[in-house]
Amino acid sequence: MAEADLLARDSSRRDNLDPSRSFQGLILALQRYWADWGCVVLQPYDMEVGAGTFHPATTLRALGPKPWNAAYVQPSRRPKDGRYGENPNRLQHYYQFQVILKPSPPDIQQLYLNSLKAIGIDSAVHDIRFVEDDWESPTLGAWGLGWECWCDGMEVSQFTYFQQVAGFECAPVAGELTYGLERLAMYVQGVDRVYDLNFNGRDDDKRVTYGDVFLQAEKEYSRHNFEVADTAMLFEQFKMAEAACQKYLAAGWADGDKTRHLMALPAYDQCIKASHVFNLLDARGVISVTERQSYILRVRELAKACGAAWLATEAGGAG
Amino acid sequence: MPDLLLELFSEEIPARMQAKAADDLRKMVTDRLVAAGLVYEGAKAFATPRRLALTVHGVPAQQPDVKEERKGPKVGAPEQAIAGFLRAAGLTSIDQAKVQADKKGDFYVAITEKKGRAAIDVIGEIVPEVVRTFPWPKSMRWGAQSAKPGALTWVRPLHSIVATFGPETEEPDVVRFSVDGIEAGDETRGHRFMAPGAIKVKRFDDYVAKLDAAKVVLDPARRADIILTDAKNLVFAQGFELVEDEALLAEVSGLVEWPVVLMGSFDAAFLAIPDEVIRATIRANQKCFVLRDPQTAKLVNKFILTANIEATDHGQAIIAGNERVIRARLSDAKFFYDTDLKTRLEDRLPKFEQIVFHEKLGTQAERIARIVALAGQLAPIVGADGAKAERAAQLCKADLLTEVVGEFPELQGLMGRYYAEAQNEDEAVAHACEDHYKPKGPDDLVPADPVSIAVALADKIDTLVGFWAIDEKPTGSKDPYALRRAALGVIRIVLDNTLRLRLSDIMSAHFGVMAGLFPAIHALGATKKDADARDKRGHDGASGDLLSFFADRLKVQLREQGARHDLVDAVFALGERSAEGTTDTNNAQDDLLMIVRRVEALGKFLETDDGKNLLAGVKRASNILRIEEKKDKRDYTGAPDASLYELDEEKALAQAIDLAKREASAAVAKEYFAAAMTAMAQLRPKVDAFFDKVTVNVDDKSVRENRLKLLNEIREATRSVADFSKIEG
Repeated sequence: MAEADLLARDSSRRDNLDPSRSFQGLILALQRYWADWGCVVLQPYDMEVGAGTFHPATTLRALGPKPWNAAYVQPSRRPKDGRYGENPNRLQHYYQFQVILKPSPPDIQQLYLNSLKAIGIDSAVHDIRFVEDDWESPTLGAWGLGWECWCDGMEVSQFTYFQQVAGFECAPVAGELTYGLERLAMYVQGVDRVYDLNFNGRDDDKRVTYGDVFLQAEKEYSRHNFEVADTAMLFEQFKMAEAACQKYLAAGWADGDKTRHLMALPAYDQCIKASHVFNLLDARGVISVTERQSYILRVRELAKACGAAWLATEAGGAG
Repeated sequence: MPDLLLELFSEEIPARMQAKAADDLRKMVTDRLVAAGLVYEGAKAFATPRRLALTVHGVPAQQPDVKEERKGPKVGAPEQAIAGFLRAAGLTSIDQAKVQADKKGDFYVAITEKKGRAAIDVIGEIVPEVVRTFPWPKSMRWGAQSAKPGALTWVRPLHSIVATFGPETEEPDVVRFSVDGIEAGDETRGHRFMAPGAIKVKRFDDYVAKLDAAKVVLDPARRADIILTDAKNLVFAQGFELVEDEALLAEVSGLVEWPVVLMGSFDAAFLAIPDEVIRATIRANQKCFVLRDPQTAKLVNKFILTANIEATDHGQAIIAGNERVIRARLSDAKFFYDTDLKTRLEDRLPKFEQIVFHEKLGTQAERIARIVALAGQLAPIVGADGAKAERAAQLCKADLLTEVVGEFPELQGLMGRYYAEAQNEDEAVAHACEDHYKPKGPDDLVPADPVSIAVALADKIDTLVGFWAIDEKPTGSKDPYALRRAALGVIRIVLDNTLRLRLSDIMSAHFGVMAGLFPAIHALGATKKDADARDKRGHDGASGDLLSFFADRLKVQLREQGARHDLVDAVFALGERSAEGTTDTNNAQDDLLMIVRRVEALGKFLETDDGKNLLAGVKRASNILRIEEKKDKRDYTGAPDASLYELDEEKALAQAIDLAKREASAAVAKEYFAAAMTAMAQLRPKVDAFFDKVTVNVDDKSVRENRLKLLNEIREATRSVADFSKIEG
């Protein structure tokens, strides 16, 4: 434990990484916990997504027979949730910490509880509960059963056993844990306004808050998402992403009998893109209720086709 | 006799599914026990968030032996037939069969004795089958085994099974079986955090006691009781009163294995939000109870939460955490409420032009316009101020567009009233915003203020006429637009407020409005004239159909109140006759209040001797007429000829009928139904005397005809109050 010795020697540094005082300390503690367990710790996917689930490390890797354990932070964009930085809890850009364990280990609930302990939530003092909450993503053609995890009445995580992704049965089933990092940090730091979160754990003049990092972005993106985003361009981009996805999918089949696919990942990128463009259009209020359904369906068709392609790749388990 | 203990231990079962699951478990296991010949003494099932448990006591240790007889071929039957019989009966030689005789001769009988099996072995087969076919509303696969087809599914991952079987006095045996790799045993676990270790259990009483020691209260009723009692004590000690909530209590009992009741508080400034909003916020999001001040009945700034753990800090962190979440939720609610107050209700209305009510019935704005017009028409009939009724109708749906109602749909109407009051609307208008939805169910109050009545009726009639116009009527158990409730609502409003309403007129006019707004519904014809003609017919048809829907609802309602269904039919039959056009259409039975009054008067009349005897007389007259009319293949309608009366009894009856008819009609016209019945009662001695002294079927044809016509007059006379032929007895 050279690390522990190092931390013990420098008390100021240890405090800065305390998950109950530092946003980044919280992230690091979760990463360390899951890395220690054996997860592959990935970096965020380099595209705009609405949730950590969209990362191919979850969506695609949840499909097929091969074991897969990964953890990563995923910046998530929900254009409609922007509030110009004025709401204490709502953000159009936030962080999710995502853990995907395939097959779901028998002690996954305990693993989760231990991860809470690792960030300072003691189950002897706090009231931790698993409250029914089934998950469904119409755009990904995915669903699962699970819970929202409560800590003293606050929802701090989503816990899902994936049953189906991209329209395919998960065999074996993967367990997905999603921590809402800002909310969790607000809880452990005892802060009521997200922008007041201590980001770097310093309490002196070098203290950086969440607001210092993101408040301006929230204002700018809210303006962009609700007022200015170029809808004509976005409609065009949706069509282009959809067409590109279909094109790459078609071009990726290695042979006539479609047993092997060579471009599932690039095709899936276009599916992600279409989904995000749809979210932007939705935030701009230019999609009517009836159109909305048909857009969701179009994205789902892409996701399903990408899932089918993935299952014909090596990582997807194709012989 | 031995007892069975069964526990299925899993990850957290949704609270809403627990009660039914326990019941299903009991039923599935005990049904199979009985089917296997194991008749038990009693069974009880329980659920906690992590386990389903079942105890069955008094199960026989052994199945009864069964003797089976199989009849075979005759003695001396062909070789093939005998061989087939031996194969089917499982015998090796015909010597093993007995020979019995019946009328046709001697034949073979195979008698096989099936020994009953040990109950524990039978249970070991029953339970896996129950687990594999358990009817969860939603179930799932998990873990490595989920890769295989046919993997076990359960509501959430199933971890272990306890199954023990044995008599009370001895160490029970473990029932040996396994389901998808889970071996049944005698080990369970206690509370997730307070007693996570393995516990060995024997039989049910031992199981309950050990769970209790391991911080698990098995019985959900006991958990609910603990929560309620502890909450009341805690609240009482502070001088408050718990706002009880049965559904919430049941849910919370399903979220904890070891309930610990704690009290928290919130900033009193939030009490500026309406109580109902506070309660909905705290209930829906946090599953907490609210408290009131017993003096004022207003909420206080406290809440009751139920934790699942005895925390080492006595709950300080848990209370603080819940208070923070509730503070955030109430800030949201307050923000919604304050935001709502900034916009006047009428300023929200233009948005309804964009919102479709139903694709065939137009937008919400169009629907509101119809309700406004109808409420205006109904206002004078129900004694309401027309302008106020129209204003209320205009505003009554506006709260659907507010933030608070968006968040808590169950507060629709109520918020409308609050917002109307806040913008200083007339009190009657504000109340109508809330009360026009009433009555929402059989236990709900009926609006009593005339403005509320006008809007409530307009809202419901528009809904009914609209869905009738597009042919979306309730069928069987399907009633997605709650049209039965709407019709019953109209009926209750009319009756409770003793309103006089010609429903047919109102409805057929509204069918016209509906078609006018949406010509596409009916107008498919080539010319406008054709379309109008067909529309008229269509509307009248739909209108009549809707009226009979009302009649059915009224019958149900009156029956539930104890009125005889045949009396209801007897009164409605008057309207059916008029619908066929045989009498004045003003007789159409569309005035709900009058129908009910008639039924009441008729019921009372038939309880008297006069009523009973008159009914008997009318029935007798009708029977004779039916038989003779059938025989002669003609009707005996039309006035009798006075010159053909031969006996005094005939003359007396004719006079009495004349008088009764006149008096009854006059009384009915004045709506004195009791008086109409009294007038009818005068007939009784004359009818009795007639049947006593007068022979109807005499040889003189014209006299016979005249007497039959007189009998018909009896029947006709009574029709001014009811169709006696529909009355039983």
